[in-house]
Amino acid sequence: MRRSVRGIAVVACALFAFVFMGAEKAKPAAKPAAEPIRAKIGVISIITGQGAAYGEAITNGIKLARDEVNAKGEVLVDLKIEDSSGKQEQALAAAQKLINSEQVVAIIGPTLSNEMMVAGPEANASGVPIMGTSTTAKGITQIGKYVFRNALPESQAIPASIGKAVKKHNIRKVALLYGNDDVFTKSGFDTMKEVSGKLKLNILTIETFQKGQADYKAQLTKIASLKPDAVFCSALYNEGGVILAQARKMGLKVPFVGGNGFNSPKVIEIAKDAAEGLTVATPWFGESNDPKVKGFVAKYEKAYGKKPDQFAAQAYDAFHIMANALKAAGIADRAKLRDSLAATKNFQGVLGKFSFDAERDVVMSPIVLIVKGGKFTIFN
Amino acid sequence: MFLEQLINGVTLGSIYAIVALGYTLVFGVLDIINMAHGEIFMFGAFVGMLIVSKAGAPLPVAFLGAVVVTAAMGLLLERFALRPLRGRPGASHLASLISTIGVSILLENIAHKIFGSGNHLFETSFAEIRFEVGPVTIYLVQVVILLISLLLMTGLALWLARTRAGKALRATAENLETAGLLGVDTNRMITATVVIASAMGGVAGVLVGMAFNYINNQIGLSMGLKGLAIIIFGGMGSVYGAMAGGLILGLSETFVVAYGSSGYRDAIAFVAIIVILLIKPQGLFGQAHAEARR
Repeated sequence: MRRSVRGIAVVACALFAFVFMGAEKAKPAAKPAAEPIRAKIGVISIITGQGAAYGEAITNGIKLARDEVNAKGEVLVDLKIEDSSGKQEQALAAAQKLINSEQVVAIIGPTLSNEMMVAGPEANASGVPIMGTSTTAKGITQIGKYVFRNALPESQAIPASIGKAVKKHNIRKVALLYGNDDVFTKSGFDTMKEVSGKLKLNILTIETFQKGQADYKAQLTKIASLKPDAVFCSALYNEGGVILAQARKMGLKVPFVGGNGFNSPKVIEIAKDAAEGLTVATPWFGESNDPKVKGFVAKYEKAYGKKPDQFAAQAYDAFHIMANALKAAGIADRAKLRDSLAATKNFQGVLGKFSFDAERDVVMSPIVLIVKGGKFTIFN
Repeated sequence: MFLEQLINGVTLGSIYAIVALGYTLVFGVLDIINMAHGEIFMFGAFVGMLIVSKAGAPLPVAFLGAVVVTAAMGLLLERFALRPLRGRPGASHLASLISTIGVSILLENIAHKIFGSGNHLFETSFAEIRFEVGPVTIYLVQVVILLISLLLMTGLALWLARTRAGKALRATAENLETAGLLGVDTNRMITATVVIASAMGGVAGVLVGMAFNYINNQIGLSMGLKGLAIIIFGGMGSVYGAMAGGLILGLSETFVVAYGSSGYRDAIAFVAIIVILLIKPQGLFGQAHAEARR
């Protein structure tokens, strides 16, 4: 009951402010120092269950950004964090709650592309801007004009890493290896295949594996016997690390090019020396010398006792993009926020220069990394 | 490539066989499928990993440690999940199946809590010893795994067939009450069976770590399901069936990848099992149902 009263109050305030703004529009814009913009932003993330590690990084990144924004005082954001457990139905319920009861002005999340496929249409139909920070599958922003994302899709990251590797190692013949029981690794594989076709590479064989497999020797023995110049491998780091270790052990020494799932320091932790030469493309590079990145890493480490990963960085940038758009809109209004979000151009975040394209999808250039001396370094 | 893949297949098959032996022993005596066996196996692997990689102790210590821990787990399993249900009027066979499923979920989550969900490196210098035979590289580990599985199989078969304890075990399997009347301490025999089966799971766990170098808390599930398929395929309760079934599954999986498509790896292996079961419903080494299981 209380909640709905508060909800009505917020709407009333927003309406009032809206009318007031309308009245003031006649005068030239000249009052930024006045009242701060108060906004309620919803977050849908995986707080419990499998994948909670992603949700933790994401909410940490968002909270850090919120504290920075609120400290500045131009925009004051009240976060409403809801758990989706990585499940579609729960993500939908969370979105409905945020939209209807909490009356948020925008939503950040959910974590998985699958979840966005149900939460996105709901938010779009209600006219609430929703921005995925880790939803990389195809067709996310095509859900509708209120759906955004700042997660670099695999279809942009993989061509960058393959392009550089092919040029450097003069690759002609490749073997493809991917996890066929996961949407993410499967879509990474589709991109690898497409890019290989475009670059006229000779695909010697396509091998698959399943999540949690312990033994990849049969596939790797077959790949080794075909003598490829490189292996393009679409795997998550857990399987990817083991694949690398077993491949190197059996004498398969050619370069490995991976998708974004491979981009984790955990790969090096698992595979040790065997990770050397692994090439990935990523929007996020924590070891970068960019002062903005350094500042973020230091702050994050101080607040949470560990280094931020890609998920934290993307969430952090997403919140700042949102806050900037709120400031530009000048008011916590869903439709106005949507328009100013869509107009975001050349935002300078920890992931580099960021813009939305006409379809509210990501425009940025990924960084290509290679594992050298036990850590990810910039690929030259 | 053929020889290398053959070795890969035999190694994988031997490990499947040892996991299946644990299932088959418990099923042969108790007529129940111990769904927690895969998780006990997984704990064996983790104990071995802790001893070898973290403490840096030699491999025999790892085997010993894994066997002790998994045997103790078997003891607890029998005492708290199986015995209370045994002989209770109205308790169906499914009751113990469900209780072991409960134990398996519990163990998997405990492992998740303690070890996390990622892969753990099972590091041992022994796994690096290899020799070249012509163009083929053979790791000593692969030979040892095959030997241990053959040894366990023949040891188990001989123990069951030749020793007094084995005889008592078979009597218990034949008929619990009659064996009890004839002076066999059936509770002790059953406990011994579960403990031995669990200890074999522990051995298999360490072997998996040695062979593949990585373990995680999901291996119990995947290996356990394969082990279950194997005992149905090889003949429920048959020691030789477990061994033959394990090798056939391991080899067929490997060769499907080598000469076919890895996407069909599990499909073809299981289609083969279905076909054999259609021809011989009691499994490769299974006896017709009227006869007692050996």
